[in-house]
Amino acid sequence: MATTGLYSQHLHNKKVLYLRNTVIAIILIVLAAATLFPICYMILSGFGPNVSTAGNMRTILPSRLTLESFDAFFHFSDYSLRWILNSFVVAAGAVIGNVIFASMAGYAFAKIRFKGSSFLFALILVAMMIPYQVTQVPLYILMVQKFSMTNTYAAMILPGLCTAYNIFLCKQFFSGLPTPLIESAKIEGCNQFQIFVKIILPLAKTVLAVMAINTFMSSWNDFFWPFLVTNDPSMYTIQVGLKQFKFANETLFAPMMAGATISALPMFIMFFALQKYFMEGVTIGAVKG
Amino acid sequence: MNATKPKRQQVPHKLRFTNEDLWGYIFIAAAMIIFCVFTLYPVFSAVYTSFFNYKPFGSEFVGLKNYVETLKYSKFNLFYKAALNTLIYTAVVVPLSLLMSFCIAVMILPFKKKTQSVFKAMYYLPGIASGVALSVVWLWLYDSSPDGIFNRLLGVFGIPAQNWLSSTKTSMLSLIIMALLSSHGVRIITYIAALLGIDNSYFEAAELDGATFFQKVRFIVWPLVKPTTLFLLVTGVIGSFQVFMNAYMMTGGGPDNSTTMIGLLIYNNAFVYGKYGLACAQAILLAIAIAIMSLFQFRLMGVDVEY
Repeated sequence: MATTGLYSQHLHNKKVLYLRNTVIAIILIVLAAATLFPICYMILSGFGPNVSTAGNMRTILPSRLTLESFDAFFHFSDYSLRWILNSFVVAAGAVIGNVIFASMAGYAFAKIRFKGSSFLFALILVAMMIPYQVTQVPLYILMVQKFSMTNTYAAMILPGLCTAYNIFLCKQFFSGLPTPLIESAKIEGCNQFQIFVKIILPLAKTVLAVMAINTFMSSWNDFFWPFLVTNDPSMYTIQVGLKQFKFANETLFAPMMAGATISALPMFIMFFALQKYFMEGVTIGAVKG
Repeated sequence: MNATKPKRQQVPHKLRFTNEDLWGYIFIAAAMIIFCVFTLYPVFSAVYTSFFNYKPFGSEFVGLKNYVETLKYSKFNLFYKAALNTLIYTAVVVPLSLLMSFCIAVMILPFKKKTQSVFKAMYYLPGIASGVALSVVWLWLYDSSPDGIFNRLLGVFGIPAQNWLSSTKTSMLSLIIMALLSSHGVRIITYIAALLGIDNSYFEAAELDGATFFQKVRFIVWPLVKPTTLFLLVTGVIGSFQVFMNAYMMTGGGPDNSTTMIGLLIYNNAFVYGKYGLACAQAILLAIAIAIMSLFQFRLMGVDVEY
């Protein structure tokens, strides 16, 4: 039993307790089913037959289960598989960059006393509040017109290589580590780099995992930026490709759902494998923020 | 700090940076370079560009013209239309989803830890799918033929089929319903964490006074989770002011601009019409509006919230 006193425990009447909990559980399951429905519909339809005429296939459950819609999705473009690969490359780049650079910066802001640190950190905090609409046009001009980096992985990865939010997240976490630990390592003759690698990083596995997962998710699901800096179908990410598919084929319902399923699949796999870190990620950011 | 003292003395007098300073700069170097190039520079550049009529070669200085054009009131000024749409969307979606999340979090509370985790996962799951994938699905749910899922649902109640996304009457409603039926996972999990942090002695005292369940929720739980509510409200409003994806994918702002949001308007001005200066001016106005709204909410809700 959860230890909240909000609910009466009905100590003298267990039946009332069970009845109440059953009713609540039913309400919760109905509500959850409503929010899960679009996703279930997407997956089920993706496994349905590849019917292309509108009207006759919009049953909720597909008439039979088959992989032909996935096949159709992969044959829609020469680059369907490449889109998935591109997404992986971009997301992996963002994850590696953030894990290394944001954790180093976060550690410095939390535990190294250097001149200007509070000013620079305040600057990063302010940057977190600026809506992306402000930076999108100058960033686009910078990457596309000044650097001519259209259709490169670098253009997709670089702007998100070390986000202000991740620096903030790491700083919050490292501030909670005991300073005497670092001081004693210094007396033993470790320099800051050795302290960071040998003492701090092993203690920071959770926050690094949370950061890696959040970064991967937002990078994998990002549509807007890759859409702006790519115009060659071979360099699309899966999200950009899916959007092209939507406008090219208004009637290819099942392959579109198959594509949407594929685009969500890596996230689903990660979610079920690493659920703990997903949940942790929510509270790490929210409670301390 | 004792450990650093001897080192400080070794540093020659002229060099004002200590060893510790240098380590700090080494650690933040990469992050700060990325930050300056991809965040700080674009912000200043946006302010600068907003005073220009941008052209790739030789922009023309126009002073405040982009701002005046944005704010000049006329019936046909899309900025006001988009602002109104964004406000309506925000005013409905943010409070309702907060309330829904709060209620669901309270309902998840009486269960065992394991059951709680299952429910949390169920409510979190839809949030990990991408905006594009979800929009693609919702487009079909809102299909305007009588076979569309939502139209079938209406059919059960004897209501005729609707042109969900392509009628000015229902287009905004459709986007709102979609937002409300999407994932509330993050908010629910945040609320549960806050609810579990409430000290049991409050409830024990209330129990002695004979408080009902709803009185406990109203007079103990709601005031005590107010900081969480404030946090979710502010982040919710900020997110909602920037909403782009749903309007872009589902309706493209139509029909008759009934779902054009500020985010979409800025996108169109910049990347459809190539008016970079105007788009930057509007983005800066949006940033100012967000800053004012956030401060206002802190004032309004934060009176008796202690940090």
